[in-house]
Amino acid sequence: MTATTFALIVGGGSLGAGMLGALTGLGGGIVIVPMLTLLFGVDLKYAIGASLVSIIATSSGAAAAYVREGFTNVRVGILLEVATTMGALMGAALAGIIPNPWLAVLFGALLLFTAYRSMHARADHELLTKPDIWSVRLRLDSTYPTANGKQPYSVQRAPAGFALMFVAGILSALLGIGSGIIKVIAMDQLMRLPFKVSTTTSNFMIGVTAAAGAGVMLHRGQIDPLLAFPVTLGVLCGALLGSRMLGTANPVRLRQLFTAVVVLMGIQMLYRGLTRTI
Amino acid sequence: MSIPQSRLSDHAIEQFIGRVLQIGVLVAAAVTLAGGILLLAKHGGTVPAFAPFRGQPAYLTSVDGILRAVRDRRSDALVQLGIVLLIAVPIVRVACTLVAFVLQRDRTYVLITLLVLGLLMYGLFFGTGAA
Repeated sequence: MTATTFALIVGGGSLGAGMLGALTGLGGGIVIVPMLTLLFGVDLKYAIGASLVSIIATSSGAAAAYVREGFTNVRVGILLEVATTMGALMGAALAGIIPNPWLAVLFGALLLFTAYRSMHARADHELLTKPDIWSVRLRLDSTYPTANGKQPYSVQRAPAGFALMFVAGILSALLGIGSGIIKVIAMDQLMRLPFKVSTTTSNFMIGVTAAAGAGVMLHRGQIDPLLAFPVTLGVLCGALLGSRMLGTANPVRLRQLFTAVVVLMGIQMLYRGLTRTI
Repeated sequence: MSIPQSRLSDHAIEQFIGRVLQIGVLVAAAVTLAGGILLLAKHGGTVPAFAPFRGQPAYLTSVDGILRAVRDRRSDALVQLGIVLLIAVPIVRVACTLVAFVLQRDRTYVLITLLVLGLLMYGLFFGTGAA
């Protein structure tokens, strides 16, 4: 396959991944690495570098729209970014040492976990306004816009959320993913932020986390221009198209399709990792 | 304890940052696209190998080297410059947040934001990963 053909096919695949990611709200980043390694035979180390770069593009582009609506909690975001960037620098360092089969097994497990989580839709929990010592000290409490005007909320268990965010940062740089799923668990379930605030703040943070890891990947030569170029532009265009189509497509169907793809890729990654054929 | 009156509302800050992010991503994407087209125009007919991992030539692995190679009109370095710009977008966004907290005279969050900024700069300029 010549470089031009390769760029066109990989660009097309990345466009589809970006579109599905935006339409289902699951993020396309998690399928880029398995697509590149399983379908196109790209080494995991290059695939992770390209994927991490594409995640910066989508999260920064998508976050912009939400931020203008006033959902993001900037204080919570920047505080937790201390944890995710430290984790990302550590994860990126580990990514150079850990052998590919181990990374593949970890990746497979995370894909299956993502599929499991996406099948269990969450109900929006009730908001707490009970003051928490950390939240008061760090002034994390805020309001967010609803149909009935501004709704105040209080942030709980900041230290536990911080610890889980460190893990999210490690995984993000180690596997070239956004780790959105773990970031949302930390903010939604531990810190009890409203659903819309946790998803948008998470999206906002993903770019910063990925940037920390991508810097290290650049220095280690894990970012190949011929690969990163079609992946980044494809995912970005796909995400932009997907967010335009949000009102028209059937989200339940798409979510089922995406989950099926994620399960298949998860099994493949586990198999290739365990048989050491990656 | 009363919270001092902010000069800028959090919402105004968020709106401004959102704009900065969007423009940054568009500029980075345009540079990447230009580099990619030039790269394919020159080497589009070759057969690339992406396995096993071999790393990249030195001029593509540091901000310094990339800038020099772009001046030498290397198209692969132009793609890499687009990617460096993309990595810079979240860094700029953290820098904007820093300015906002400085204007709000919020010392705690100025320090927290400086820490994040330092970690990001370290990753981009010195990140050897040899920890």
